[in-house]
Amino acid sequence: MKKKMIFSNFFKTNGVIMGSILMGLVGFWLIFLIVLPQLSMLDYSFRFNLPPADVGGPKDVYTLSNYQFLIYGSDDTHQTYNSVDLKVFVRTIIAAMMVTIFNILLCYPLAYFLGQSKGSAFVRLLVVLLIIPYWINEILRAFALRIIFGDSGLLNETLMFLHLTSEPIDFIRHDVALYAGLGYAYILLMLFPMYNVIESLDRNQIEAARDMGASWVKIHRRIVIPHAKPGIASGATMVFMLSAGALAAPQILGGPSSLWFTQLVYQWFNDSLNWQQGAAYAIVLLVSTITIVLTVMRIFKVNMGDIGK
Amino acid sequence: MSSGVAVNLEDIWIRFGDFVAVRDANVNINGGDFFSFLGPSGCGKTTILRAVSGFLDPSEGRVLIGGKDMAGIGPNKRPTALIFQNLALFPLMKVWENISFSMEVAGIGAKERRKRADELLDMIALEGQGDKLPSELSGGQKQRVAIARALCANPDVLLLDEPLSALDLKLRQHMRTELREIQKRVGITFIYITHDQGEALTMSDNVAVMKAGVIDQIDSGHNIYDHPATPFVASFVGENNVFRGKIKSINGNEAIVSTNRSGDLLSRIAPAQLGNLNVGDDAMMFIRPEVLKLGPAEESSKSTISADVMNEEFEGNTFSVFLEGDGGKSIKMSVPNAGQDHISSRGENLSLHYDPSNAVVMPAGELASE
Repeated sequence: MKKKMIFSNFFKTNGVIMGSILMGLVGFWLIFLIVLPQLSMLDYSFRFNLPPADVGGPKDVYTLSNYQFLIYGSDDTHQTYNSVDLKVFVRTIIAAMMVTIFNILLCYPLAYFLGQSKGSAFVRLLVVLLIIPYWINEILRAFALRIIFGDSGLLNETLMFLHLTSEPIDFIRHDVALYAGLGYAYILLMLFPMYNVIESLDRNQIEAARDMGASWVKIHRRIVIPHAKPGIASGATMVFMLSAGALAAPQILGGPSSLWFTQLVYQWFNDSLNWQQGAAYAIVLLVSTITIVLTVMRIFKVNMGDIGK
Repeated sequence: MSSGVAVNLEDIWIRFGDFVAVRDANVNINGGDFFSFLGPSGCGKTTILRAVSGFLDPSEGRVLIGGKDMAGIGPNKRPTALIFQNLALFPLMKVWENISFSMEVAGIGAKERRKRADELLDMIALEGQGDKLPSELSGGQKQRVAIARALCANPDVLLLDEPLSALDLKLRQHMRTELREIQKRVGITFIYITHDQGEALTMSDNVAVMKAGVIDQIDSGHNIYDHPATPFVASFVGENNVFRGKIKSINGNEAIVSTNRSGDLLSRIAPAQLGNLNVGDDAMMFIRPEVLKLGPAEESSKSTISADVMNEEFEGNTFSVFLEGDGGKSIKMSVPNAGQDHISSRGENLSLHYDPSNAVVMPAGELASE
């Protein structure tokens, strides 16, 4: 009933022609860019990887084998687990969580500073400075970080110049570069939602709390953080989803022995040409990350609607 | 509850860069008084309040609360509680949590806090509403919650920054009475900031009238209205008709003003300006609309004004008659409604008289802008 009202009002305000065009574009976006690709991946994930001649033939039936492979590997008896891939999966999820938490801790003070020193010229300049590095391609940024973290990179040179270390630290092998790269890649997606909500906080509330004797910790715990929660949640969701699904940073900054789950997906698609297996891996990653996000939101009592604000 | 604590402002100057927000303010507020700062927006009254609450340090001078110098003491350590213009209730906390926030800060357990919050809710006639969110309350209820929240900390001084300005007229008038009642009940010092003279006059023991960072007059509401010290106070507080002219002669506390428009008029000299007026000085004489009476004066022509009627407005309890006045400004006269159809007709020449002891003259100065 209410939805019908929205649609009829929409056509009334925009006219039938403009309304139809807008509706059509929204529909196109929803169906062709979101629903159909996901459905086709879902469909792929339940099929065998068959030679072209057999596609659509009697052998082309639905199967769970792609999912079973992720859990049990090539062992048909299901006695041993596919420990290599499962470990990569768990590690990816945990690392993405860590990157998210790290980003929250890093961005909160910055967002508070930006949000509460309203509209000063310095703050506007600072925001521009924060954005400029992101005009550069993500892959180039990853390479830049690789150079900085390299054996003879800026960081190692500096540390050795200061005599903090005697020989270069292998940041890449120890995954420091990877985590730094992932953290840096999506940090603005954490910063801006936080900045926006904190900016909307009435300064008087902070002063009122202070007037009543509240310490800074108390003010943040009781006033600022509850207010900023939707922004933090929306930033955290984006950073977590994108980190878990990142490919460029792990490819370029990952150590020789560390694999990111997306790299496995990539290998299935590109190296093994087994799209069905790759699709199953991708679906598992998607469903797991969505489940985790929804669970965390439930725990912290954040509504989906608040995030969209 | 604590009894009143005095607040003294000594030679306070507050500057923001080159801008002087408050100029040499000296105010002594008695303990337990309801004291108002009245002035147009931007006159520095909120700045003074922020200096008392501790959110801002005066550039010069001292703030004393209960005789104690407050220099270097932050807002969280002062015995003051501030009620903000927009109330600044915490929207995500329940009403009772809002009220008892100062106790939560002090580390007092939830049970005791709830009990105290319920007591305060009783006092503000909102019993049983503690579990609501502020957004579920009406404007007047939010107002009362803000007061309860400020009182919960048992402050010695309650500071109110135009807290009624967001309410509609009826509620505002009701809240005036209520605020005054609450102040009498708790007995602590209230410092109230307002640009509404009605609020200042009805509630306050004493009022300071401010203009552009300067305090023009500190007195009881009654004296401010009847014995304004400066042209600004005379024109800002209540309605007033101004007559410009020069002093013709002075006799004791009375003077004859040779007005530009209405001839020689007799007036009392403002008590604060006695001795500051000399013959020949530019002066301003003020007569309030309700002081003007129809008809010429019987004994002396020095208190008769005659002018042409421009128009007349019916306001219910009174008629307002506007007559052609000095420098394009109209002279306003209020006539009580006693069942007349009308008082005058357009263009008619009317003679008005007044009691010279109800008129006041002072050296010419800046008027309040309308």
